[in-house]
Amino acid sequence: MNTLIALTIIAPLLGAATGLAFRTNSRARDASTLLGTGVAAAAAVWILVRVADTGSHVMAVGGWNPELGIVLVADLFAALVLPVALLIIFVVEIFAIGQRRTAWGANPELAGPLLGVLTAGVSLAMLTGDLFTLFVAFELILVSSYVLLTHQGQRGQIRSGMTYVVMNLLASTLFLLGLAVVYAATGTVNMALLAERVPELPTGVRVGIGAWFFVVFGTKAAIFPLFSWLPDSYPTAPTTITAVFAGLLTKIGVYAMIRFHTLTGMDDLGTIMLLIAGATMVIGAIGALAQSDVKRILSFHIVSQIGYMLMGLGLFSAAGTAGAILFLVHHMPVKTVLFLVGGLIENHQGTSALDRSGGLAARRPLIAALFAVPALSLAGLPPFSGFVAKFAVISAGIEQEATPIVVVALFAGALTLLSMTKIWLGVFWGPSPELAAAPARAVGNRRTMVAATGLAVAGTLAISLFAGTLFELSQRASEDLRSPAAYISEVTS
Amino acid sequence: MSVALLLTVGGLTATGMYLVTSRSLSRIILGFSLLGHAAVVALVTAGGPAGEAPIAGRDGALTNPVPQALALTAIVISFGLTLFLLALAGRQQQLSGDDLVEDDLEDQRIARVRPDDDPAEVET
Repeated sequence: MNTLIALTIIAPLLGAATGLAFRTNSRARDASTLLGTGVAAAAAVWILVRVADTGSHVMAVGGWNPELGIVLVADLFAALVLPVALLIIFVVEIFAIGQRRTAWGANPELAGPLLGVLTAGVSLAMLTGDLFTLFVAFELILVSSYVLLTHQGQRGQIRSGMTYVVMNLLASTLFLLGLAVVYAATGTVNMALLAERVPELPTGVRVGIGAWFFVVFGTKAAIFPLFSWLPDSYPTAPTTITAVFAGLLTKIGVYAMIRFHTLTGMDDLGTIMLLIAGATMVIGAIGALAQSDVKRILSFHIVSQIGYMLMGLGLFSAAGTAGAILFLVHHMPVKTVLFLVGGLIENHQGTSALDRSGGLAARRPLIAALFAVPALSLAGLPPFSGFVAKFAVISAGIEQEATPIVVVALFAGALTLLSMTKIWLGVFWGPSPELAAAPARAVGNRRTMVAATGLAVAGTLAISLFAGTLFELSQRASEDLRSPAAYISEVTS
Repeated sequence: MSVALLLTVGGLTATGMYLVTSRSLSRIILGFSLLGHAAVVALVTAGGPAGEAPIAGRDGALTNPVPQALALTAIVISFGLTLFLLALAGRQQQLSGDDLVEDDLEDQRIARVRPDDDPAEVET
């Protein structure tokens, strides 16, 4: 089991290193990064099977005692989210191979290996059992994302990259200051020990720490007043990069929030979290309605959907947290697929602007179908995975008689459907634009790209198919987080 | 816990934060350096009072080594990021002649849309 946990972090790093060594040979480079992610994803799936069966596993790196050293904890929450994240990166890498030269922009020899480093960061962020390693993992993810976003050095990318870098760097610095506060208050940064010691702190200190980390993780997750960097920066990057960012980066923030705030029992923050969750849902959805570009509409939807996960967390009940976890698992693949389809649209007509496209449903019915499934899922229509996830979150709200947030959530769901309709009308129906808008030459291998997208769509359908099992696992994961006695004893013993 | 160190953390944070809100990237970089120093001093302060160097075999009041290890990691990371920000500022200087953070073009375009316009027809 220790080997499996280590593999999820080391394999992508090794893949990245070999990829850099063979950077002039595109086949060897692609193969090594793909192999690295593939091995990590396989290990993660195996971890899930083992953890679901026999319970969580703790790995003390270097054999240090948990109070001093680094521990990696594969509990059910980590084991459930990690395979989904790694499989998404794997599919996007296949898509990028299909897209060939245009996949990464100007410096393809750098982008593949950088994605490998990002993958290692994602695994580390999910498995780590202490806050400081979480900070390091965030930095690993962010530094590779900074470079992925700006390495082409075009004006638009530098401009949006600056906002992105400055906002995230500020959040990281606040994270570091927050770590100093936590260490001063409790004398540890290990999450199991924090789960033990934070609830014993005076209320003011405890709520202060909770609010501080809410702001830190909230900036990374793009919650209501802190989301402005996201819709500005994501659409400027190449499709493959945006797809990974959209599927994973903000979700890591939500993941950290669910882990930290439930383990340390920050129930006092529930009301403010629900208020912000409502604002995030509605403002994200309204922002999406105002846009006229596929990628920008989808970027605003990331913000809106974060609101649902925050709502599940803010309810601070076993059912609410379970709903948030299930929503996380559903949202990552669906969002990635939508951006991949956005890439296919761009590839076919040379633009993703709504006013310069149309009639794609008649010309490319397969792309239309690939868009329709995740779009309906995002809007939360049965029988797709979004329905199950939204149902879990909203029924938890009803159970707790939190009527206002339930009404807001349903309203935001309607707005989501409206803007998905807007994309559908603009891109797939209506008259075709003049052929001048189409790219002059065929770019890349479309069959591979469509196959990768199809694979991801099948993945989202699998989520709705196995919704029962996944929901049961989410419930177990949420109970483990909410009553951390077992977690604490496993880590500290 | 030393009041002087805490005041240093406060002063560095306030100055750093003020510089980060500026529009010029070179000021932002200076601001982040100050904020990074604030975080490092805060981490070291969080470790409790200073004592003997923590080497095996000594007794008496030892300095807590854990926050120092954390601070060292933080210094390395902030060093790397400062270099990256400098490269970004350099590139922006090449492209536009200054290092100001520009507005979001799409936002400006949407801000110019009047209620009876077709949003698609407003030019950037």
